[in-house]
Order: sequence, then structure tokens, then C-alpha cells
Amino acid sequence: MLEVTALNAWYGEAQALHEVNVRVGEGEVVTLVGRNGAGKTTLVRCLIGLHRQVSGAVCFLGRDVTRLPAHQRARAGMGWVQDDRGIYASLTVEENLLLPPSVSERAWTLKRVYEAFPELAGRRKAGGTTLSGGEQQMLAIARALRTGACLLLMDEPSEGLAPVVVARIREIIREVKATGVGVLLIEQNVTFAATVADRHYLLSQGRIVETLDTADLQRREGELLKHLGI
Amino acid sequence: MSQSTATPAPVTEAHPVVAAANPRLRWVLLAGGLVAALALPWFVYPPVAMDIVAMALFAIALDILLGYTGLLSFGHAAFWGSSAYVTGLIATNYGVPFPVAIIGGALFAMILALPAGYLSVRRSGIYFAMVTLAFAQMVYFVGYQWSGLTGGENGLQGVPRHFFGVELVETDSFYFYYAALPILLLGMWAAWRIVHSPFGRVLVSIRDNTQRARALGYEVDKYKVVAFVLSAGLTGLAGGVFAINHGFVALTELHWSTSGEVVLMTVLGGIGTLWGGVLGATLAVLLADYLASSGFDGIDLVTGSVFVLVVLLFRRGLWGTVRHQWLAWQQRRSSRRTRSGGGTRR
Repeated sequence: MLEVTALNAWYGEAQALHEVNVRVGEGEVVTLVGRNGAGKTTLVRCLIGLHRQVSGAVCFLGRDVTRLPAHQRARAGMGWVQDDRGIYASLTVEENLLLPPSVSERAWTLKRVYEAFPELAGRRKAGGTTLSGGEQQMLAIARALRTGACLLLMDEPSEGLAPVVVARIREIIREVKATGVGVLLIEQNVTFAATVADRHYLLSQGRIVETLDTADLQRREGELLKHLGI
Repeated sequence: MSQSTATPAPVTEAHPVVAAANPRLRWVLLAGGLVAALALPWFVYPPVAMDIVAMALFAIALDILLGYTGLLSFGHAAFWGSSAYVTGLIATNYGVPFPVAIIGGALFAMILALPAGYLSVRRSGIYFAMVTLAFAQMVYFVGYQWSGLTGGENGLQGVPRHFFGVELVETDSFYFYYAALPILLLGMWAAWRIVHSPFGRVLVSIRDNTQRARALGYEVDKYKVVAFVLSAGLTGLAGGVFAINHGFVALTELHWSTSGEVVLMTVLGGIGTLWGGVLGATLAVLLADYLASSGFDGIDLVTGSVFVLVVLLFRRGLWGTVRHQWLAWQQRRSSRRTRSGGGTRR
């Protein structure tokens, strides 16, 4: 579904990503693990098309999208769930949900969104940012699913949330995966990553240094935590 | 783990949720506004009343860009003035009923806005303002130099007011007011529809966060151009009515100070409130009219001082401040109610 080959990215003179190769299959959850500043968010911004100073190739659904501007990638089916959730304060919950265009026939109806996220159903007329952090995270995910995106790029969805909410997010990611949507998850929380993802890329100083499966990850959790400096 | 960002961002005070919470209040305000618009020429000299409503639509049209798209246009005189000239020329040369001439003027403004918008939306902030200003200055100089068509410094004189041979409307500005009012009200309704449509929500998302709007799948520049052209069209509608109302088009309508004046009115009423423009225009026109008839020389001194005071005391503008206080009062009331009802909802 998503195939990134030899991606390099720069900020001016400084190279932020070196020869990055990443693959996400249909219905697969893949995490990017790495320290602050390793290049995780840069990679996602390159994929969604907001960072354009790149070389290499990004293939999405068998199509080279490296030169496509951000809005066309979104319309091709990439959904971005930002780390700050990207909820509009001046729009209500429902307006936030309906804001992005539907991009494919797998687009969710509002009814389906509210069934899957009953937390949002009761607050549909509330201002987007009057929701709690967890609810905002759900809204951000729901908004991407509502468009019918087939690949979700999620930037630290568990960050700063209470354990019970993190468990709910985990459940949601599993449900999303079951519908065949691919998920690329940026995560610093190794424990959380281990419970939802199929594969893990360890990113360090702009390079993919290791590719692990979940068994590896769990076995080496202590070592990785040390690497991540947590 | 990095610093928690779980605390929800505070609701941006300047931009509360677009949808109004209270539909009954909305009807009351709408009815009040309509009554005020209908009663206005009974209390104010009718041509001045017409100016107020035309300026109000002008300010509302600017607010679509300034308040809802986050673009400060400093060149709207180009659309206001060019529509006034085109309306005047059509009315003079073809003798059509004035609404037709006005529609012609508005269409011309939209056509003019297309290249202007296309070029200017590539920049934002002060650069956008400067590109629009530069464009408006070019239009001004065309108007100034092409005196064979526009009358140059003398302006376009003797613009007729044809209206299907209805003599009362053609000669009496009191009746003309009621004939032209629907055009302006229709323009205001269109602005309201634009802002509250899905298209309007995309504009708001662009204003709040351009990159995010792009990543959600919207071609930001295209939306900005469309907003620009729509705003210019409504501005043109207002400028056309203004021209017919005065029977005369002056070069001032194209001058940059007109662009400044409408920004002032919009800010006075409250950016991003739409109806604030009505208050701002009413205040500015009435004040200028009162001072002009009082024989006082320093009109700009007084309007300038009022502007500075309003901006310092009521940051959200007149309408914005009233709305903010009303919402805050409602919130206090409802939170008191839930507290007495046992436990606050968090």
C-alpha cells in the first residue's frame, strides 16, 4: 500500500532523513519508534506532502506520489492524525468531522462514526476543542476515517492520555486495522506499540537502524527503552 | 515521554464556534435588523441611509476575506470603484433599469478580481495586503488617466436612475431606497450563506491552519481565489448601488483611502462577525455625515479617534464584544445551573 524507497529529506543544508525505506501493507499496523529528533515527524510530513525538500520515492497504492502536493495525496487516501490532533476550535465536532472531503467509496457515514465513537455522538454540537484530550484524539481519528482514507499516519496518538483512554485508542486502532486500513504509527511508548503493531521500525538520527517484529520488540524492551532515553 | 499536550487548547476567543447557539435569538436579531433597515430612511436623510446599507454590504464582503479566510485585502476600492464606474457607464449608455446596471458592475468586479486574486493569494499577511494595494493603485491610475471614459478628475456625472418608468423611484431617493434595498439585503444573505456553507467552513479551516487544511485535502490557493472573487462580487454590488444612489461616480471610490475606510468599518464592527460590518458602517457614515453638516473641519480626526478608542477598549469590535459578553454570560448561567443541579460536567 505504502512503499517508501531511499527517502532523503533536508531542512536547508541539514539532512534530516537518510535513505529511509518503509513499507506498510493493507490492514497492517507499523510503528516508527525513535527518540525525540530522530526524524519520525519529519518522515510523516514528507509522506503527507507537507515537507517537500526530499529525494527518493514514495509510492502509494501503486502510484508514485513523490511530486504530488499535499491536498492531492489526501484525496488519494492518506489520512493524517497530527500529534496536536488538529481539531479546529472554531468548528463544532460535527463540522470538524464533515470538513474534509470524502475521498473514496469506503468513506464512513456520520452514523457509522457515531456508532464507533459513542463519545462523540453526545458532543456533536460542542466546539471542537472543548472536548477532552482523549475525545479530541478520537475525533481526529474519526475525521480521517470519515473521509475514507485507506492509510492513517498517526503521530503519537497515546501521548499525554490517561491509561484507560490509551486502552480505548488501542481498541480503535485494532478495529481500524480489521477494516483493512493501513496504519503508520509514530510512537515513543514501546509498550503501547508492542500491543497494537505488527512491525516496528527503529529510527535513529534520520536512519532506519532496525526492523523488528513484535516478539523482538518485547524481548528487547529494556534495551530499547534505554535507547529511547525513557 | 515528552511533555503532555493533553490539555485542550483554549477556545480561540476571537473566533468562537461559527454556528450560533441560540436559534430564537437569531430570529429576533434578524427581525430587528430588517425593521431597522426598513425604518432607516424615516430617520436619516434617504441618500445617507442608502450609503449606510451599501457600506454595510461592503464591510460584510470584506469580512468574508478578513474574518473568515484570514486575508487582509487593502485593495477593495478597486472592486468597489470599478463596479461603480461600470454601473454608471452601463446606466448612462444603455438606459437599462438600474438593477441590471448594478449586476453588470458586480460581474465586472468579479472578472477584475480573478487575476488580482490569483496573483495575490500566493502571498499571505502583509505581502498579501501590499499586492492587493498595488493592484488597486493600478486600477486607480487607469481610472485617472482614461478620462475619456471615466471623466478623470471630474468623475462620471449625471448617472441616470432608470427603473421601469416608475417615476417615484427614479426621482425620489426615499422610494429609491426601498427599490435598491433588496439588492443589498440579497448580497448580505449571500454572504451569510457563503460563510455558513461547507465552503465557508473550509475557509475557516484555512484561516485557522493552512497546512492542516492542505493535508485534509483542500487546494488552499484555489479556495482563497474563489473567496476573493465572491467578496469582490458582493463589493461590486454595493459599489453599484452607491453609484446609482449618488448619480455620480468620483475618483475617490477607487482611491486607496476607500480601501482603508472599509477595513476600518469592518474592524470597528468586529472581525469575523459578518454583522459587525453593519454597525461599523452605520457608525462611520453617520459620524461623517453629522460632522460634515456641523461644519467641523477635522472629520478624520474624530473618526480616527473613535477607531483608536474602539480598538483599545473593545478588541473584538462592537458586535464582537457584545457577542462575547453574551456568550460568557450564558456560560456562567449554565455552569451555575449545573452546579446547583449537583456536580459540574467535566
